[in-house]
Amino acid sequence: MSESTYRIQGDTGEWEVVIGLEVHAQVTSNAKLFSGASTEFGAEPNSQVSLIDAAMPGMLPTPNRECIRQAVRTGMAIGAVINKWSRFDRKNYFYADLPQGYQISQLFHPLVGEGQIEISLDDKNPDAETKSIGVERIHVEQDAGKLMHDQHPTRSYVDLNRAGVALMEIVSKPDMRSPQEAGAYLSKLRSILRYVGSCDGNMDQGSMRADVNVSVRKPGDAFGTRTETKNVNSVRFVMQTVEIEARRQVEVLEAGGKIVQETRLFDPDRGETRSMRSKEDAHDYRYFPDPDLLPLELDDSFLEACRASLPELPDAKRRRYEADLGLSAYNAAALTADADTARWFEALLAESARVQKKGEQEVARPAANWLLSDLFGALNKLGKDLDTSPVSPEQGAELLALAADGTLSGPLAKQVFEIMLETGDPAGKIVEERGLKQTSDTGAIEAVIAEILAKNPGQLEQYRGGKEALFGFFVGQTMKAMAGKANPAVVNELLKKALAG
Amino acid sequence: MTDVTDLGIAELRDGIRLGKFSAREVADAFIVKVSRAKALNAFIVETPDHAIAAAKDADAARAAGETLKPLAGVPIGMKDLFATKGVQTTAASQMLEGFKPVYESTVSGRLWDAGAGMLGKLNLDQFAMGSSNETSYFGNVISPWRRGGGDNAALAPGGSSGGSSSAIAARLVPGATGTDTGGSIRQPAAFTGISGIKPTYGRCSRWGVVAFASSLDQAGPMARSVQDCAILLENMAGFDPKDSTSLQLPVPKWEDNLSGSLAGKKIGIPKEYRVDGMPEEIEALWQQGIDWLKDAGAEIVEVSLPHTKYALPAYYIIAPAEASSNLARYDGVRYGLRELAEGQNLQEMYAATRAAGFGDEVKRRILIGTYVLSAGFYDAYYTQAQKVRTLIARDFDNAWAQCDLLLTPTAPSAAFALGEKSADPLAMYLNDVFTVPSSLAGLPAMSVPGGLDKAGLPLGLQIIGKPMDEQGVLNAGLAIEQRAGFVARPESWW
Repeated sequence: MSESTYRIQGDTGEWEVVIGLEVHAQVTSNAKLFSGASTEFGAEPNSQVSLIDAAMPGMLPTPNRECIRQAVRTGMAIGAVINKWSRFDRKNYFYADLPQGYQISQLFHPLVGEGQIEISLDDKNPDAETKSIGVERIHVEQDAGKLMHDQHPTRSYVDLNRAGVALMEIVSKPDMRSPQEAGAYLSKLRSILRYVGSCDGNMDQGSMRADVNVSVRKPGDAFGTRTETKNVNSVRFVMQTVEIEARRQVEVLEAGGKIVQETRLFDPDRGETRSMRSKEDAHDYRYFPDPDLLPLELDDSFLEACRASLPELPDAKRRRYEADLGLSAYNAAALTADADTARWFEALLAESARVQKKGEQEVARPAANWLLSDLFGALNKLGKDLDTSPVSPEQGAELLALAADGTLSGPLAKQVFEIMLETGDPAGKIVEERGLKQTSDTGAIEAVIAEILAKNPGQLEQYRGGKEALFGFFVGQTMKAMAGKANPAVVNELLKKALAG
Repeated sequence: MTDVTDLGIAELRDGIRLGKFSAREVADAFIVKVSRAKALNAFIVETPDHAIAAAKDADAARAAGETLKPLAGVPIGMKDLFATKGVQTTAASQMLEGFKPVYESTVSGRLWDAGAGMLGKLNLDQFAMGSSNETSYFGNVISPWRRGGGDNAALAPGGSSGGSSSAIAARLVPGATGTDTGGSIRQPAAFTGISGIKPTYGRCSRWGVVAFASSLDQAGPMARSVQDCAILLENMAGFDPKDSTSLQLPVPKWEDNLSGSLAGKKIGIPKEYRVDGMPEEIEALWQQGIDWLKDAGAEIVEVSLPHTKYALPAYYIIAPAEASSNLARYDGVRYGLRELAEGQNLQEMYAATRAAGFGDEVKRRILIGTYVLSAGFYDAYYTQAQKVRTLIARDFDNAWAQCDLLLTPTAPSAAFALGEKSADPLAMYLNDVFTVPSSLAGLPAMSVPGGLDKAGLPLGLQIIGKPMDEQGVLNAGLAIEQRAGFVARPESWW
């Protein structure tokens, strides 16, 4: 564990930033927290609203077991205390997008208690600089609907599709000290949620968003007054919010002003945070236990089933890749940061081991390198991701096998891969049809070499005169003449012999 | 020929089965009675078509030789707190005037499934808040009873299920649904000389019942006999996955197991229910009830419920607290009333809508509830009231170590005249003093008529039972009914 040394340089000296995040993560579930209505993104307004979501008279909530299960699994994934007894509370306030006039949440007795998330501050060497960020609690609550003000000149419309959707509110402790730490925490949290499958983590679709609490202090002082910047919806924006808001606070304090505890919003276009409402007109939410719902009591078998269903999590997976597969720390981290990447890699690995009849550790390195550089490079250029990759793990494994058994040289493999991306054809077919096989035919190679030496008497003389660096020149000429199909090892061997005279 | 409107649920059911009369004759007779009783203002909406359709189904089933459903062709009244599909459901509030739900409450749906027909939606205190039926937006319900001696003062039918009690007592319906939050079935039953049972909290689904105070609200039947209450309750109760506070228990055969013998039963008499200033007649009735139960074979024991005096204050914190939250949904956005003047904003729309749509008593309780839940007062009021509630429940638990059932008066007085207490909310709240403790504890409790006071008005006795012991409560009710021989009925003046 290390202390970040991020400091803001003010006129009166250095300032330290204190950050806490409240992350709202939409629970992956086909139905809302207390009704059977669908939760699909992007549907027609008000097409996914049950009588319960619309708070029709006499309607009652009933908890959706799947939402509870996902929140429990999330808690387990961060090593948190799971409260076997929790309770839903009503948070009362009036707003047109809140049909019941209250949100069902958990204030007094949350489902998940304290846990922690390990963050890493060095991408190249994830174990070099790590820090543990405390999670205060995770509670489940309903989302509100949304108001649309742009549909009519004088009217506002209400869309209740989101109303009642299950959210996990994941509240960190004020343990972060730099924008980098806040970004790393949010990325890591998102990675864990996606591994667990409890939230899709799609911040651009609003299924994950963060309220950013920031305060500043002189190092060693007590916590300063904090502000809360609402609904920040990307890792980059969270980092910017911290930076901008902390700098603003320093300026206010150094000018002799005071920080007001208030709610702010982040405007990425103008690169500033603005006041939304101050604490003075804060709501009195009048929380009290929801009398329509009995306390939530979880039994051991439910908890065991939750635990048994947890996948291998990113840190464990990264360490296993290093230890068992012999991957570099950097590659292991790159492959495991995202659940989809790890899944794709493991499919590639398993298929490679199968077709090459080798152990996974033997095929792991070339597979990792190919995925991280060749495939990611290609997908980047195409503007695609693994989900939409034109090449499947099975096809990748075939290509890797052809390279491993010497059928394809490195350059040939790259060439075949290009064609695969364009045509979608399997590597073997491309090799067959286009004759892109690597050749180790010594007779053919020797003939080409003889020709090259004859054509370049000057270089030959220099080489034999001691300029050994020219060896590469002869290799290049030979490969070129063989259209890249010659086996480089054979070329090397034969060239050495021929050059030696 | 008998006037079928004098018959109760069991007699109507059996008569239709045996072909003594047709369900259609029954429906028509009650429909006529309802249409001629406007002076009582017991109905907000009359639904003769619904009753006739159910009657036709029953007659057709009988003609086809089919087994009749448990309530085939029996017409009833439905308190207007139950959502009825396609039929205006208002909770007696302007806020919901004209609201026709696209859904049917679980309880009403079960009754229709059992073959019952609906004569109409019965008036009540607005959002079930009141003890006299003077808070309805659709006007006061008048009790069919009058004091003797030429006193023609209009009397309260009790509340909040006053439309139900009035209609049953006046023989406009043989039975009806009620809901009870702090006594809203039992007190009106007592005031009008009928029976009514609030079952154990969770017995009847609250789904589709306009909420007043969720942790207390419970539906139950009202009728002219204990047997009729048992029949209706059997067809209302049962587990409902749509209500997470619903009890996952089978519905017992209460009617089949009715017995007026209380041999081996111990009846507790809570000493704290002897309140100062209680009319002598109530005292005398209570003693009479004790004697009847002894006669039925029960042993009488005195018990103590030491926290009784805190029940009413606790109730008037918890119920309004929940109500203030439950009624937040009436905001003018999605259904019901909307008051929005040109140029007003959202906040102004809320304020105007709620100011216009809610009656005074509803506003009073919303304000009390908002206050007791507000930051700074929560612990002093709400938390404290919840602790009292726990102590009251514990009182009852302790009592069950000594007895099987409790006997108390239902209300501290007979029916009062309309207007007599409406200016004094606290005096009005005292009406619930005997019914509220068992509500806070979620226990089954019933009122049965015991006799008349000097003015000729009915008085009720209350039996309180252990959780889930509706059978014990009904049996003790039957024992009283058999001995009281209560046959008094209001003279028709309407």
